[in-house]
Amino acid sequence: MTNETNTNLSRAEEFKRTKSKEEMQRQLISFGLMIVLTVVAFAIVATDAVDRVYVLPILFVLAIVQAGFQFYYFMHLKDKGHAMPATLIYGGVWAAFLTLAGLIVISWW
Amino acid sequence: MSHDHSNLFPEVMPAEPEKATLEGKNKFFGLWFFLGGETVLFGSLFGTYLALKNSTAGGPSSDEIFGLGLVFLMTMLLLTSSLTSVYAMYHMRNNDYKKMVLWLGITGLLGIGFLACEVYEFAHYITEYGFSFQSSAFGSAFFALVGFHGGHVLFGVCWLITLLIRNAKRGLNLYNAPKFNTFSLYWHFIDVVWVFIFTVVYLMGKVG
Repeated sequence: MTNETNTNLSRAEEFKRTKSKEEMQRQLISFGLMIVLTVVAFAIVATDAVDRVYVLPILFVLAIVQAGFQFYYFMHLKDKGHAMPATLIYGGVWAAFLTLAGLIVISWW
Repeated sequence: MSHDHSNLFPEVMPAEPEKATLEGKNKFFGLWFFLGGETVLFGSLFGTYLALKNSTAGGPSSDEIFGLGLVFLMTMLLLTSSLTSVYAMYHMRNNDYKKMVLWLGITGLLGIGFLACEVYEFAHYITEYGFSFQSSAFGSAFFALVGFHGGHVLFGVCWLITLLIRNAKRGLNLYNAPKFNTFSLYWHFIDVVWVFIFTVVYLMGKVG
């Protein structure tokens, strides 16, 4: 291998490492936010600070946002080449939604 | 039959070593396909739980038995283990096998910690409150949902240990990088399910 290709190789490697370091920082921020969301959810229930009517929707939204961080940042669903995984997961979510809706309607209506 | 594996050990790892081979791409697709199915499975268990959670048959109800402290600890253990497996994949992409194994090892230990808490929790319910799988429809739905999740964690820990032992002397290459990556995706998914369990079962159970 000549010196030139060696340098190109190491520069490509350096670029790749910088990119993945930036991604790691974004994931660390996601982790911090997920901790905050979790603490908020537990605090709302433990302190009884929020009116009962609002508690359930707030908890649900907090969970959805946290799941979004897991999927899009930790599992890279936001990255290129993830159209098929996203389709599969949203397909699963749709079927799960129908099941949940069906079971809740027949028992609580 | 002998194989030439030399092309699986490149000098530097490609940007996405887990998807650099056809086998890796297939594993990646297969795991996501599986997770789509798992979503439906857990959706059904959540639906069953929500439908039956008030059918206590005179036994203890959710807000009487659940303790938030232990659940918070379990949540932190699993959430942190999700981050440590992100670190493991970060080192995989940088072709640092030792650091990847270290972070995967920490992930496994946190998973075992989570399981220990869950065993303690279940034992506590059964011995202190007589609340078991058989005590009421609520009990059946609760232990089915939370136990199934715990079973997934246990499977994940066994999977990880098997991977680490099997690949201990291989080092990192394009053949086993997809294996570690599929485990990591599975582990994140287990954490997603737990997010909904602590929200729907424990927190909403406390609110009523």
